[in-house]
Amino acid sequence: MSDIWQGALEKIDGYRWRIPKSHKAGMRVDGIIYADEEMIKDIRRDKAAEQVANVAFLPGIVNASLAMPDIHWGFGFPIGGVAATDIENGGVISPGGVGYDINCGVRLIKTNLKEQDVKPKLKDLVYGLFNNVPAGVGSKGDIRIDEKEERQLLVEGAGWVVKKGYGKSEDLEYTEEKGAVKGANPDAVSDRAYERGKKQSGTLGSGNHFMEVQVIDQVYDEEAANIFGLESGRVTVMIHSGSRGLGYQICEDYTQGMIKCLQKYNINVPDRQLACAPVNSDEGQAYLGAMRCAANYAWANRQCLMFLARRVFETVFGMGPKDLGMDLIYDVAHNIAKIEKYVIDKKEKTLCVHRKGATRAFGPGHPDLPVKYKKIGQPVIIPGDMGRNSYLLVGTKKAEETFYSTCHGAGRMMSRSAAIKVGRGRSISAELEKKGIIVKSTGRETLAEEMPEAYKDVNKVVNIVHEAGISKRVCRMRPLGVIKG
Amino acid sequence: MERYEIIPHTADIGIKAYGKNLPELFKNAAYGMFEIIADLDGLKGSIKEPIEIKADNREELLVAWLGELLYHFYTKQIIFFDFDIEEIGDTALKAKAIGRHVGENRNRLKTEIKAVTYHELKVEQKEGNFVSTVIFDV
Repeated sequence: MSDIWQGALEKIDGYRWRIPKSHKAGMRVDGIIYADEEMIKDIRRDKAAEQVANVAFLPGIVNASLAMPDIHWGFGFPIGGVAATDIENGGVISPGGVGYDINCGVRLIKTNLKEQDVKPKLKDLVYGLFNNVPAGVGSKGDIRIDEKEERQLLVEGAGWVVKKGYGKSEDLEYTEEKGAVKGANPDAVSDRAYERGKKQSGTLGSGNHFMEVQVIDQVYDEEAANIFGLESGRVTVMIHSGSRGLGYQICEDYTQGMIKCLQKYNINVPDRQLACAPVNSDEGQAYLGAMRCAANYAWANRQCLMFLARRVFETVFGMGPKDLGMDLIYDVAHNIAKIEKYVIDKKEKTLCVHRKGATRAFGPGHPDLPVKYKKIGQPVIIPGDMGRNSYLLVGTKKAEETFYSTCHGAGRMMSRSAAIKVGRGRSISAELEKKGIIVKSTGRETLAEEMPEAYKDVNKVVNIVHEAGISKRVCRMRPLGVIKG
Repeated sequence: MERYEIIPHTADIGIKAYGKNLPELFKNAAYGMFEIIADLDGLKGSIKEPIEIKADNREELLVAWLGELLYHFYTKQIIFFDFDIEEIGDTALKAKAIGRHVGENRNRLKTEIKAVTYHELKVEQKEGNFVSTVIFDV
């Protein structure tokens, strides 16, 4: 990892860099990385740029293999990669272009509380969340469902759990796809995936997944913030989680299966993890149907986690739901493949847009937006590391150039083992507490692995997408309390 | 010869495992994976889980083997720390994985491995010894 990537990176403008098609034989389009002079140096430090080039091999890929400023070395796709393929033109779908944690994503919840309301009860709140939200390796949820119910959940997503009492119908209005993408096919999900998913509904997970209590410390766009009902000093809650074991198993099943498709459909890719099949093939359709089940499971899961958070807030503050005002601002995926329409070379095309560690960012006026957000664009939620900031942005019209995609977080800079080494002899939780941030975690090494220094500065990442015009800053949050797996 | 070493990867974790022969390589790779998942030091156990898998080639067999163990870990809540490879070829493997229920050992758990990936996957023979590279999604 100490090797610096030596490939060609041509500067397009202040915030975009091109890896020309000529970088290696087999690339069908250029690679384009969104970064500034400083960030591009970090990006050269691992194998992410080579992975951007590898993704350009995918049959049917249009425009370019894109990467957001938070990219880092993944497997197959880089984390922070975006690729759209033309379905009518042999375009493929790749489970590796979605990732193991299908519909890993974030939701942001407003409260009526101010920082001064929360500060005196912060420890009670963090311990309350920690005790009530199942987290950590292989944790099981309290929300148990049988097999028939699980099949319903995979089709109906967040709507199914709302029906069961874990939320209100307005929550669905502010969830991507209203919490359930159409076309989920429970028959395409293996028994093993069911088995792994059944016990984990309503669990946070581990690693970089978290639930965070935060306060808005800066507002950049008053008009948009007003529409969200947000202002400086107001407390918000952010949840980062995904589809747990169900999604991991689906990705594993289909990656394994699609390695065989490479020969069957005569596809040449430089990494087995880029295994794929045409969207219009039995294998492609089966994966899409299964992936959508995992996506719906993840929306249901984050809905359950929000329910648990609301309950803890009600107990700790002794307030009812109405006074607490814990309304969902938005829930958006950052590991997913979606079928969307775009105009390419003056013709409308149906594309399969892979976002692997990238957030959808529809601009103002987009038909899929809730009425309330039509004027300002889709909320984009960017979690940072646990010591610095997180952001709320909105999509822009210009983001059409990235298939309405933007960054998804700070992006790691340091490997987990390096972070543990750096953290040896230090108490990360004590360091954070000095800054006024209370952190609780289940895993023995999670806090060291997730230490702020292990990440790029989210402020710089967000600055790039803002300046490049592919999304717009609305407000910035600062962490108060964090629970991790 | 060490059993394995950790390969630094920005977001995830990889291991390079070693073995004098194929059974030892598979055993060490599995041990390495479970040492990422949990603290195995001093762990004793009695559960023997029979495992039989097939794959198209030696490299994919390694991913299938590790994936199978991970599946048993998650669904049966067993931490494996020893592996008895009974039969192994390039495309099939029969083994017993020895472990202990998570139960009271929950505080031994360290890292959630989501999956075993095919990225940069290698099984090679170097100067008579076997070396494998596997990256995990964590």
